[in-house]
Amino acid sequence: MTNDNIMQALTNRSKAVDRAPMTFMERLYIPSILKGMAITFSHIFKKQPTIQYPEQKREFSPVFRGLHVLNRDEEGRERCTACGLCAVACPAEAITMEAAERLPGEENKYREEKYAAKYEINMLRCIFCGLCEEACPKDAIYLSETFAPANFARKGFIYGKEDLLIPDPVTDAAGFEKAQGGRVRNKN
Amino acid sequence: MTTLLAFDWILLIEKLILIAIIVFASLGIALYTTFAERKVAAILQDRPGPNRAGPFGLFQPFADGLKLIMKEEIIPNTANKVLFILGPGLAMTAALMTCAVIPWSTSVEFFGRKIDLQIADINIGILYIFGVVSLGVYGIMIGGWASNNKFSLMAALRGASQAISYELAMGLSLIAVLMLSGSLSLKAIVEQQQAPGNLWNIAYQPLGFIIFFICALAECNRTPFDLPEAENELNFGYHQEYSSMKLGFYLFSEYINMIMSSAVMACLFFGGYDIPFFDESTLSPNIAALLGFLALFTKIIIFIFVFMWIRWTIPRFRYDQLMNLGWKRLIPLALFNMLLTGAIILWKQG
Repeated sequence: MTNDNIMQALTNRSKAVDRAPMTFMERLYIPSILKGMAITFSHIFKKQPTIQYPEQKREFSPVFRGLHVLNRDEEGRERCTACGLCAVACPAEAITMEAAERLPGEENKYREEKYAAKYEINMLRCIFCGLCEEACPKDAIYLSETFAPANFARKGFIYGKEDLLIPDPVTDAAGFEKAQGGRVRNKN
Repeated sequence: MTTLLAFDWILLIEKLILIAIIVFASLGIALYTTFAERKVAAILQDRPGPNRAGPFGLFQPFADGLKLIMKEEIIPNTANKVLFILGPGLAMTAALMTCAVIPWSTSVEFFGRKIDLQIADINIGILYIFGVVSLGVYGIMIGGWASNNKFSLMAALRGASQAISYELAMGLSLIAVLMLSGSLSLKAIVEQQQAPGNLWNIAYQPLGFIIFFICALAECNRTPFDLPEAENELNFGYHQEYSSMKLGFYLFSEYINMIMSSAVMACLFFGGYDIPFFDESTLSPNIAALLGFLALFTKIIIFIFVFMWIRWTIPRFRYDQLMNLGWKRLIPLALFNMLLTGAIILWKQG
């Protein structure tokens, strides 16, 4: 049995390698070099696909998953109740938190009786899968369109609450809108 | 004392000024050739190229130069220090010396003085260029050898053998041109092409030009003959151990070589400062000289573009292919071209 019978062609694009000795014209090389030069020359007139990055930005896909944001409700109260479901869901174990009980008088700061006193995401561990976002029952965490953080030390990649919390909609409505950026799917 | 006074001092000053202008102009043009190289590469690859430093990225070469100067100067402790420093200097000197015999244009008149726009119209101009170009090999050899690095040494050997192999074919293809012109002076060759009734040498020597052009590519270490400096697969070249401005000198001398070989090709085959289909003799000498210089400059720019265009089109030769092409194809072809030219000249003379 020959190889041809065993190997079943997956596509009809396969081609036998031509091992015939080169003809005189081919051995001259110059015609093929000129052909190649014509091709490169034609590229002078092609449109460049370049996006001048910091000035121009490409629009993200609606499912883009960037850095996390901790959400607030319309009155500016933190939504997170430190239930820990996001930490459990996280496959990279990037999220840690410490819960605390809301004291009387703090109703305008925290939406529920329990809140996250400490909430940290290690952005070097995070794989940006978005499972935390899916796990959250309170719509408190979601992935924004911000990306490409840079830092000189590893410590700087551990984001605390002050890095993650969204601007207060009461004092900074525009910043709140911008941070949400149409990303929050159900605003209840 | 009288002999000292009898010397034409103004001629000396005029030549010194001309040398200064040409050397600094070549350096400036070489600076911008590096920029053009990056731009041409980018445009042929559908990219915009350097465009951040200044308008259209025009200050990029200065940024690159500054970077090279500011970099740490490293001399390997096993290197021969004198030769290590001499190498890039020699490469640069050899590259710049070529410009001495190139006729940049006809002569201009200032205050009743006729000034030739050529540093030295020596009657062996072409031989001089060949001598100086051969000296350029020493820059490569000394640099590669003095670094005391086996890869540099091997690259230097590659470079030297390539340069020597292609110089032969280059010289042979040139002999046919010299048979036509009957002179070794570049000025005479240009003037002969310019004379009414005469066409440019490219019309009489198309094969000779192709051979000369291929050899010029090899002499300038340009793709597809850039084996001496194959960055990726042959572990860089003879300048592997060089850093800072010494590396800059090597890279720079290559661009100057490119400009000079373009100028030589323009003079030998494309009429030098001759403007096609135009009679310059009706103009005033100064304007004719200026237009002539612009014509030569345009030809040089076109050649440099073709050099770059080739670089960004084809990959480099394997070393055995390089040697095969040089010794088995180009040299016999050049010999054939020489014999053919000689035969036709004899037949015409009857």
